[in-house]
Amino acid sequence: MPQEAGKQYKQMLENYLHSQGEEDLYLGQQFSRTFIEKNIAPEDVISIHKTAIEELIQDLPSDVNASFDFLIEMMIHYGLALREHQSLIRKQEAIQTEMDIAVRVQNTLLQTTTPVVNGLDIGWISKPSKQMNGDYVYFLNETKDEVCLAVADIIGKGMSAAMHMSMVKFGMDSLRYEQRSPSEVLSFINKMVEKSIADSMFISMFYGKYDAENSIFRHSSAGHEPALFYRASEDAFSLLESKGLLLGVHDEAKYEEKTVRLEEGDFVAIMTDGVTETRTEQGFIEMDVIEKLLCKARSESAQEMVDYLFSELSKMQNYELHDDFTLVILKKTK
Amino acid sequence: MNLQVEQVDKDLVHNLKIAGEIDIYTAPKLKEHLAKLDKSEGMEVELDLSEVNYMDSTGLGIFVGFYKEVKANNGKLIIKGLNQRLYRLFEITGLSEIMDIEQSEGGEDHDSI
Repeated sequence: MPQEAGKQYKQMLENYLHSQGEEDLYLGQQFSRTFIEKNIAPEDVISIHKTAIEELIQDLPSDVNASFDFLIEMMIHYGLALREHQSLIRKQEAIQTEMDIAVRVQNTLLQTTTPVVNGLDIGWISKPSKQMNGDYVYFLNETKDEVCLAVADIIGKGMSAAMHMSMVKFGMDSLRYEQRSPSEVLSFINKMVEKSIADSMFISMFYGKYDAENSIFRHSSAGHEPALFYRASEDAFSLLESKGLLLGVHDEAKYEEKTVRLEEGDFVAIMTDGVTETRTEQGFIEMDVIEKLLCKARSESAQEMVDYLFSELSKMQNYELHDDFTLVILKKTK
Repeated sequence: MNLQVEQVDKDLVHNLKIAGEIDIYTAPKLKEHLAKLDKSEGMEVELDLSEVNYMDSTGLGIFVGFYKEVKANNGKLIIKGLNQRLYRLFEITGLSEIMDIEQSEGGEDHDSI
């Protein structure tokens, strides 16, 4: 085939050298498709040109002749580099497609809806610092008198984080009709996670259960940041601390459980270290910065409080999140 | 972002002095150093973190993984020289209950405002 194409090329070149007209030039342009169809590499095209010109022009200066060899050599490497570049772009596109799928899986499989609970105003936000979130919020609620919630932070990001989140979700789902306490739920999920997680991986998780009839909030923590509790009658903050090891470190870990009774105007703020470890140019912010901001917004709705804290803290770090940012506020109404 | 690891072994105890920040970028380097330690039954390792001013969860993961490995060899792991912020991290995560950790004297944390 290349011989055939070579012959045709020579004919076209000859015509053009005689006429030097637009029409012959156009034919040449069209003919480039033939080269592509026949899979003739750029360096071979130059080789065909060299052969044709040698036959068409007698006594071609040897320098001109040699220059074609130079060009052929160059084009061989140009062609290789180009193919490598194109293959990298194709690979990158494939990875991007995978990532898009992973994000969609994370968004649909792991989505949660803000529950409606008697006497409790719920607001939350979970913003990934990169494409995929390593933080996870999940609400479970069967009736308006009860809600269970989990706030988890999975070490690592991307696909592996999403897969570990699904363990948390399915662990909670499988116990949803069993009326288990927060400490039991954490023990159960811990055993599950410990079996299937890599050695240097872990999940921190806060689990809370609110009973609207008695306004009681029960909570346990698996190595998670303590939640902030605001007592309206005292206008003071305290930490909801309960002892417990990270999920996935030790299969026999035990989880302490505590309770607090909410009164009107009280609120609980559960967060991940993306909130507490807000890093400004001067260093890390202290908890009292968060307390002051929450206090300022305390008469707003839970969602407005959450949005306010997020916007203020992201402003402090020049709108650049270093870590995933997750905050849930549960506020007692009446 | 920098991390230095210096090994000063005494007797049969591995002593490692770590300095810098342990985060997602430097953690692999630390992991590599720890992996090189010879893992024998009853091994003893002492990690000095007094020159570590910051550590994120990836860093913590390295210590969790290493702790599991030492435990599997019936060994002993001591982490010492933790500044306030780092000590709090080990406390919150419950790791202080299962690991042998020591706060640095003075334990001042200069990285906060």
